[in-house]
Amino acid sequence: MIEVNNLHKGFGGVQVLKGISTSFEPGKTSLIIGQSGSGKTVFLKSLIGLQTPEQGTIAFDGRINTEFTTEQKRQWRQEIGMVFQGSALFDSQTVEENVMFPLKMFTNESQKEMLERVNFVLNRVNLENSNSKLPAELSGGMQKRVAIARAIVMNPKYLFCDEPNSGLDPQTAIVIDNLIQEITEEYKITTVINTHDMNSVMEIGEKIIFLKNGIKAWEGSKKDIFKTDNEAVVDFVYSSNLFKKIRSVNFNEN
Amino acid sequence: MNYIEHIGKYFLMLSQVFRKPQKWRVFYESLFKEIEELGLKSLGIIMFISFFIGGVIALQTALNLESPFIPKSLIGFAAKRSVILEFAPTFCSIILAGKVGSYITSSIGTMRVTEQIDALEVMGINSLNHLVFPKILATLFFYPFLIALAMALGIFGGWIAGVFSGLFSGVDYVTGIQTDFNPFLITYAIIKTLVFAFLIATVPSYHGYYVKGGSIAVGKASTQSVVWTTILIVIANYLLTQMLLT
Repeated sequence: MIEVNNLHKGFGGVQVLKGISTSFEPGKTSLIIGQSGSGKTVFLKSLIGLQTPEQGTIAFDGRINTEFTTEQKRQWRQEIGMVFQGSALFDSQTVEENVMFPLKMFTNESQKEMLERVNFVLNRVNLENSNSKLPAELSGGMQKRVAIARAIVMNPKYLFCDEPNSGLDPQTAIVIDNLIQEITEEYKITTVINTHDMNSVMEIGEKIIFLKNGIKAWEGSKKDIFKTDNEAVVDFVYSSNLFKKIRSVNFNEN
Repeated sequence: MNYIEHIGKYFLMLSQVFRKPQKWRVFYESLFKEIEELGLKSLGIIMFISFFIGGVIALQTALNLESPFIPKSLIGFAAKRSVILEFAPTFCSIILAGKVGSYITSSIGTMRVTEQIDALEVMGINSLNHLVFPKILATLFFYPFLIALAMALGIFGGWIAGVFSGLFSGVDYVTGIQTDFNPFLITYAIIKTLVFAFLIATVPSYHGYYVKGGSIAVGKASTQSVVWTTILIVIANYLLTQMLLT
């Protein structure tokens, strides 16, 4: 479980996060949504330790990450899997080398054992027979799946995804969403996803946190989000013409 | 950002670079890859340029020594001194600063803007140690060989140029090369090479690692890194010459 308490972060005098408090439960997929510039990425980067909070705490199963010693921090890092917006695959390495990289760095397994594990996770993300391909030879969706495979190869306790659907067609986006949710449930991972894709919200949003101007403006489930009266959430959710039409149809039917 | 801040940040970067590698097996793999990328792939250009510049130095010296009272062996002597003292270590290092420096900055810079460095950090890897330390060791290990080869080829190029042009004989040239040979000059050249190799690996790494923005920023950082590496090589060359030869 991840517990965030009164998180503040700013850059050059501008406060980006203004006292966010929330929690993320294991085995569940939590979504952070909000407009561009609302602080989603800074929040996610603070969770994974790429940004140091100015104030507030983030506790991973009761352990506050800013109080870790170097060795504890190294251990904690190995419990984290991260899927970056642009996949962040090492472009000079093949798919197999990318996925094997964390195993090489942090385990003493033999080449055969590592290869078995790599093939297992690649199989899990439906990417068989792509071991020798370079990231540049893969489609956007395949790159995302390799990134997911690399993120889960060390059996992480926490999985973070920054805009996992950006740049993907709707069908591939659904495949990626479902894959993340399946993995979350299968391995009881605490998963936090940063997105502004409403399809993702409808597909996999078990818990949704809405950020606006660095403040947690709303928190609830995907069922609640379509019923809320919170003006900021309504503006965001119904900013899409499709959702506006669905809403007007619903109103007319009622 | 002012220069003092850059210098401070550069040394802070070095303090992170010089750490024990987290996994020796991965480190050795990176080291051999860097030796190939930064060293072996520069062999061709260095061999080509050394050979022809050596020839030009010998021809220029021969054409400017018209007095019958000056022995022809002086051409070989002058070519040897020029190649060993300045051309091979300094000129070749400046060429390498352009070729290798821009490669290092653009590769690390691209890793930065595509979040590959963030990915390393999230995994718990010291990204500076992982990316920069093998580059430093690769250049420190390989460039002395490269520069020694440049010396040999430069002197050989001078001999070929003389023989083919008929401006001086091969015997005179070889006599000049053997005259007043001081082994310390080779040591001096190797010391310079090691200092330049360190600059070639670290200054472009600094520019690449701290780049902010996108592809244009990476391009600008590459240019800046070549300019600054060249400037620092020239300054270091002056200081080392002052310290070691005067």
